[in-house]
Amino acid sequence: MHELSIAQNMLDIAQEIAEEQGLLRITQIHLRLGVLSGVVKEALFFAYDIVAQGTMAEASSLVIEEVPVVIFCPECQEERSLFRPIPMRCPVCQTKTADIRSGREIDIIAVEGV
Amino acid sequence: MTLTPRIVEVRQNVLKKNDILARALRERFQASGVYVVNLVSSPGAGKTTALTHILTELSTSHRVAAIVGDLATENDAERLRESGADVRQITTGTVCHLEAQMVEEALHGWSLDTLDFLFIENVGNLVCPASYDLGEHERVVLFSVTEGEDKPEKYPTLINSSDTVIMTKIDLAEAVDFNRERFLRAVERVRPGIAVYEISAKTGAGLKEWANRLIEARNHIFPMVQN
Repeated sequence: MHELSIAQNMLDIAQEIAEEQGLLRITQIHLRLGVLSGVVKEALFFAYDIVAQGTMAEASSLVIEEVPVVIFCPECQEERSLFRPIPMRCPVCQTKTADIRSGREIDIIAVEGV
Repeated sequence: MTLTPRIVEVRQNVLKKNDILARALRERFQASGVYVVNLVSSPGAGKTTALTHILTELSTSHRVAAIVGDLATENDAERLRESGADVRQITTGTVCHLEAQMVEEALHGWSLDTLDFLFIENVGNLVCPASYDLGEHERVVLFSVTEGEDKPEKYPTLINSSDTVIMTKIDLAEAVDFNRERFLRAVERVRPGIAVYEISAKTGAGLKEWANRLIEARNHIFPMVQN
């Protein structure tokens, strides 16, 4: 699966940020992961531990915040959150919609270190 | 010296590198007037066969070519060349999806101005290709009737990143007791309103409709260079 390459990309970015900020060691990476990101959380944890070995992030922890799918309901004219992406309907009025506003994120939001 | 823990707040997309490359590819495709289609499906859904037929169909009126991604062999490229189209192979090794950088490398030395359509056949996988933009105009996901009716609901992420659904091997529908209505309902639950085309490479059913839809889509993007 592609979690290994996602974990590697994530670590590269975190290291770049850490170096810019003069950190010697990374202790924690905070990630926002959308329900529609296509990334399996458990697989990412596993891959992360592997790629972090022998780097400045060795023994650091990965903190994942899961982000729901946010759709726009054309009937209510409101954004609505879905924690499961099926069915793609407004949870309030049941109108179908394919207008996805967020939920695909794979974003680093913070790097902690010393 | 005491080290104080610090939190550096950022907001950076982990796939930014791929997205930047994909954007550059998209600009290049746009400038060259080539309509690019990324084909995704599980292994064995019939991507290569469908593509061979659509290349043949389109080549009567348009200049077509294909890039095909596979883990190890060149077999798919050889099959696709039967259509007469220019075909390049990307062998990904152990990587389960194509990335923008692989496409960029495969395009090296290719003059895109001489093409109207470029098809990219992704590695057979219904999960990983969803996350990687290749700069394509259209992403097409193929499901064969032999995979069952509920496949779309098992892979909502990929369908939600796709523009078109192709149902393949419809000549086998009866033999495998495929319930067409149930399949269409499943698609509709996952991605309301997405266009669905039903084809059979064996009987030729639906190929013309799909080809016409591709030509229309291309003419919409490049109205000045209609054929």
